[in-house]
Order: sequence, then C-alpha cells, then structure tokens
Amino acid sequence: MSLNELWFILVAVLFIGFFILEGFDFGVGMSTRFLARNQKERDQLVSTIGPFWDANEVWLITAGGAIFAAFPEWYATMFSGYYLPFVLFLLALIVRGVAFEFRHKVHEKWISFWDWMIFVGSIIPAFVLGVLFTSLVRGMPIDASKNMYASFGDYFDPYSIVGGIAMIVLCLVHGLTFIGIRTEGQIRDRARSLVSKIYLILLAGLIVFAVLTYTMTDLFEVRPLATPLFLLGAVVTTVLGYVFSAKKREALAFTMTASTMLFTVTMLFVGLFPRVMVSSISSEYNLTILNASSGPYTLKVMTIVALILLPFVLGYQIWSYYVFRKRISDKEPVSH
Amino acid sequence: MEVLDLARFQYAATTIYHFFFVPLSIGLVFLVAIMETLYFFKKKEIYLDMAKFWGNIFLISFAVGVVTGIIQEFQFGMNWSEYSRFVGDVFGVPLAIEALLAFFLESTFIGVWMFGRDRLPRWVHLLSIWLVSIGTIFSALFILAANSFMQEPVGIAIENGKAVLNDFGAFITNPQLLVEFPHTVFGAFATGAFVVAGISAFKILKKQNLDVFKKSFTIAMIVAMISGLGIAFTGHWQAQHLMSSQPMKMAASEGLWEDSGDPASWSLIANIDEETRENKWSVEIPYALSILAYNSFEGSVEGMNTLQEKYTELYGEGDYIPPVGAVYWSFRIMVFAGAIIMGLAALGLLFIKKNNLINQSLYLKAMVGAIALPFIANTAGWIMTEIGRQPWTVFGLYTTAQSVSPNVTAGQLLTSIIVFLGAYTVLAVVLITLIVKQIKKGPYQTTDTKPDVDLFDKEAFGA
Repeated sequence: MSLNELWFILVAVLFIGFFILEGFDFGVGMSTRFLARNQKERDQLVSTIGPFWDANEVWLITAGGAIFAAFPEWYATMFSGYYLPFVLFLLALIVRGVAFEFRHKVHEKWISFWDWMIFVGSIIPAFVLGVLFTSLVRGMPIDASKNMYASFGDYFDPYSIVGGIAMIVLCLVHGLTFIGIRTEGQIRDRARSLVSKIYLILLAGLIVFAVLTYTMTDLFEVRPLATPLFLLGAVVTTVLGYVFSAKKREALAFTMTASTMLFTVTMLFVGLFPRVMVSSISSEYNLTILNASSGPYTLKVMTIVALILLPFVLGYQIWSYYVFRKRISDKEPVSH
Repeated sequence: MEVLDLARFQYAATTIYHFFFVPLSIGLVFLVAIMETLYFFKKKEIYLDMAKFWGNIFLISFAVGVVTGIIQEFQFGMNWSEYSRFVGDVFGVPLAIEALLAFFLESTFIGVWMFGRDRLPRWVHLLSIWLVSIGTIFSALFILAANSFMQEPVGIAIENGKAVLNDFGAFITNPQLLVEFPHTVFGAFATGAFVVAGISAFKILKKQNLDVFKKSFTIAMIVAMISGLGIAFTGHWQAQHLMSSQPMKMAASEGLWEDSGDPASWSLIANIDEETRENKWSVEIPYALSILAYNSFEGSVEGMNTLQEKYTELYGEGDYIPPVGAVYWSFRIMVFAGAIIMGLAALGLLFIKKNNLINQSLYLKAMVGAIALPFIANTAGWIMTEIGRQPWTVFGLYTTAQSVSPNVTAGQLLTSIIVFLGAYTVLAVVLITLIVKQIKKGPYQTTDTKPDVDLFDKEAFGA
C-alpha cells in the first residue's frame, strides 16, 4: 500500500470516527428542543454529552488538518469551492460550541436561547456535511486549474438534499439511542418511543438515497460489488437497530446505528477512491490521491507522527468514555 | 473593494479576535493548574475555590478561543486556496500535528477536569488540568512553527513551483521559531496573570473575598514577573534575529529609511511620511539601536531604501517596503506596554512583600486598567510580525497577492465578513457580560456558606 492510499484511508477513518462520535452528540443537540419537557430534562440531555462533544469535534478539525497536510490540493479546492456552505457551517459550529459553555452560566431567561443555539448548531452542520459529501461524490464543476466554480444548483440537487436530510435523521436516531444508554428515568423511555417512529423515516430515507446513488452517481459502476453491499449493510443495521431498540437492548442498538453511519460513510469513500473529488466537467480534472497529494517526504513524516500519536489519542478518548460511563438522572447538577 | 483586500481584512480581523482568547486561555489554565497543584498538596479549601473561580473564567475564554480557531483553520482553504496549494506540503504538517497532539489532549482532558472531580483519584484529576495546560502550549508550538515558516522558510525546497518539505528537523528547529515560541508563551502567561491580577485587584478594592483574591493576586504577580523577564529577554533575541533574517521588518519598525550612522541611534517617536519616504522629525536615543541590534556600542543598520534596492535585485521589480507606520507604531506600543507590565509586576511584588497591598488603592486601580495591557501588547506584536512581512506570505517566496482564492468572489467574502464579524460582536458582548457576572458572583457561588470576612490580619500572603 502506498502512503497516498494510507492517507486516504486515514482521512476516511477520521471522518468515519467523526460521524460516529459527533453524530450522536449532534443528535442529542437536536433532540433537546422536543424530547425534553422542561429545563431539568434539557440539562440532563446536555449532560450526557458534556464531557465528550468537544473532543468529538476535534475529529473533524483533525480530518481538516490531515487533508491539508496530505492532500493540499483537495483542501484548497474543497474549502474555497464550498465557500458559502462552509460559512454557514462554521457559524453553526461557533454558536453551538459557545452555547454548551454559556448555557449554565447565563441568567435563566437566556438558557432557552442558548438551547435553541445548540439545536440549530447541531442540525445545520449535519445537513451541510451530508450535502457536502454527496455532492462531492456526484461531481462538482472543477476545472483544469483544480478550482471549483460552483453555484447554488451545484450544491443542491435532489441527491445532495436527500444526503443532507438523511444525515440529519441518521444523527438523530444515533443520538436518541445514545440518550437511551446514558440516561435513566422518563426521558429514557421517551427517547426509545420517539426513535421507533423516526426509524421509519430513516429507512425510507436510506432507500431513496440508495436509488439516487444508483441513478445520479457512478458508484455502482466503479464499485459494482462494494456499493450495493454497503448500502445493504446500512439498511440491515437500521432494521436491526430498530429491533434492538424495541427490545431495550440499548448498547446493541447503538452499535447498529454506529454501523449504519460506518457503512454509509465508508460507501462514499470507497466509491470515491482513488479520487478525492469528482469533476463534473471532465474526468480528466478529477482530483485524485496522486495529483492532489503532498510529496513523499511529507507523507512519510506525517505517517510517523500519526502512528506514534494515534494510539495515545484513541487510548485516552476511550478511557474518558469509561470514566463517564454512569447513567445520568435528572437530578444531577450540570455545572462542575 | 478587491477580493484581496477583503480577504486580508477578514484574516486580520478574525486573527486579532482569535488571539485575544488564545493567550488568555494558555495563561489562565496555567494559573489554574498551579492553584489545583496547591490544593493537591496543601489540601486547603481556599485553593479549590480559587481553581474553580478562575477555572470558570478560563472555560469561557477557552470556548471562544476554540470556536474562533476553527475559522482560522478553514480560512486558509477558503480564502487563501492558492497559498494552500503552494505551501500545503509544508504548512499542513504543523496544523495536522497540532490537532493530533494538542487539540485532542485539550478537548478530552478539559472534559475530564470539568466533570471528573468527584469521579477520579485526586492525582488523576490534577494531572488532567496539567495535560490541558501542556496541550495549549503544544498548540502554540505547532501553530508558531507554521507561522515561523512564513517568516523564515527553512527545511524546504521549491519543486515545480511549489514549496516542498525536505527536512522536518530543520523545520521544527527553525531559528525564528526558537525565538518566537518562548516570547509568545511568556506573553500568554503574562496575559493570564494580568487578568487574574486585575480582577483580584478589583475585588480587593471592594474588600470582597480578600482571602481568595489576595492569594490569587500573589500567584499572578509571581507568574507575571517571571514572564515579564522572559518576554524582555526573548523579545530582545527575536529583534536581533530579525536583524539578519528580516532586516526590512526591523528597518520598518525603526522608521529607518536611509542606512543609520555608526553608532546607530534608536528612534523613540517619529513623524513618518510614507509618501516621500522620510521622517519629518524624530526623537532619537543615541547608541540604542546598535545595542538592540548587535549588543554593542557600534555598528550601523541598513535602511529601507538600501534594502529595497537589494530586494529588487534579488526578487525582481516590486515594492518590498511594508506599511511602515503600522509596523513602527505597533513595535513601540508593544515595547512600551511590555515595559509597563514589568514595572507594575515589580511594584506588586514589592507591596506584597511589605504586606501592604491592601492600602495601595491607586496601584490596585491601575491594575484593573492594566488588564488591557497584555492584550494591547499581544495584538501590536502580531501586527508588527504580520504586516512587517508584507508583501510576502512566505518571506521571499510567495506574495500575499498570489495567495488569494481565485474562485471566491467579493460578494461571498463580504457575506462571510458580515456573518463572522456579526457573530464575533455578539460573542464579545455575551462574553463580557458572563465574565462580569462570574466576577460579581465571586468564588463561593455553589454553596454561598462561606462568610465574606476580611482575613488579611490573620493570614499573611503565601501562607
């Protein structure tokens, strides 16, 4: 395996890790507005992700950094090309990030405002990232200079909109399942009964997504075996998640929603490979792991650094989940 | 307005804003870690109250630092895509290492520290805050490695018109980094210390929670004094290093158009006319520039006009003189603010030693105002560093004009500027309100059982 391939896999792993981890805290953030009935319950929900959401977001920041270091042309093309969606995305992350910190330090009448910001700041990033990945796989107007000149219609078409909405629903199901693991009391039951209804929307969304993937992208052509298998995996794990959730097997249900996320995102990356961005103008202008990457020396340095650091990062992150494994009731203080 | 101007404005505005919170966070968490350590060893509740009180203010500043930092990371790709293409092979490396080594450490252990006090062995909890502190310092190291590369590109070669990393060891021991990193980190410690000292001074003046705030003030002053000395020495090294690596920046910071005489005198203030390339008048201190540049009473320094000729020969036709007024004045503001910081810290330690801090109401009032000083110095320092490098983004290799994204329109840039600056303004208002609220609440917010008594006769400082 070449280092270019290794770094493509590492970037994919960082994004998969990000979607699985921040996916549930996006979901919890979204659910605060309708699952919780009062302030205490909203506090309880926020507490379930309190110690984690910040580190989860770092997976995305690291993915961005890894793209910059390993595939600078990809970084330059994508971030300048998706300019306005990224402005919206970053604004959402700003309000979300400070909302978690501010909400329990403000006057009571403002708590509701910051909880709304957590809601908005959770739903928009999920949507934008869903749109980003699906439109990126479908193809964007990238010219010979590797620059992308996109207009509204390039970002938003049926495929990318379904992709964005599917991501929101997937995060929500994932988050509600996480709430089931992390809480006790009424809210746990309510989360389970709500998630059972949303599963139907998710299943429908995944099927539409699969059909559109077939008609609007070349993923079935380039990966005739892998693409349908991953899609099938996503559907099967969704059904199993529903079943486990109904049986109150929350840990298994969570494993399933995480797997759905894994299958969906992996399908996109596998279908993309060895491309990193697809040009809708001409396949000659595709960015690939070869023409978008850094030089061999940089990739070597980065590989050594990543191989040394990643075990520690994974180790202490897993440890932190172990430290905060206790279920959260509605009686605990939110502040430290 | 041109795309380039808008992109530069956005970068300057978002960076300056971001850099209010970075040194504050680095400095505050270091002080909080010291307080947690004192609590660990002395087991007195007062240190716990201190750690919690300052910890809350740290968390507010950290949150804003993080969210504004995300914009910084993605802005290179969004607004400076040509720059990213040119330097990606080099510049992405420290950014990725920063995320892997520092951001994960900070974000994980900040959660552990915030929520883990009653769930973990005491030493693990103490370790977690130190890991956060180390994380913030690593973060500074790698982002400054990236910046130092822009000031002084080493460890790289140019291949096919692109910068390519070829010696990571040289890159990470960049002589510019070795002077810039300690200077910035000492500046950050001083920032945290002066915020703690200023707020403490305010509470001491109000005679509230004197036990907590006198101790906080003492710790802050010790940190401020050590940092102040560190800032002065490393600042001097940095200036001397720049004399050889970026003589144009130093000449601009001296308002030195023609070569200086020998010995060179240092301009205290000057009326700079950038149009005619001369100073209408200036007040100068003899020998001082020779000392600054060479630690010697002799030696002349090259002026901007000479350097412009040299650079034209080296890099081709072009204007290589940065905006002189901005560089000249930011340098002076930084140095003067730094000098006042050191003087105030020395005075504070003196009062503490004599045990009559509480009676120095004039000094305490000055310390409340002095909260602004490190922020002014930090900002001025970066303005000098970044504007002094113009017209280059990577010194001698790539200009700012070349760096901008070709596919981003002025309208898009304007939209993003309005969105971000709007959000930043709201953040600033909320942030100040929240910090004021925390200060008013004081340290015993959770229990409110402790009396607001004056302990200063009973307990001397540092006990």
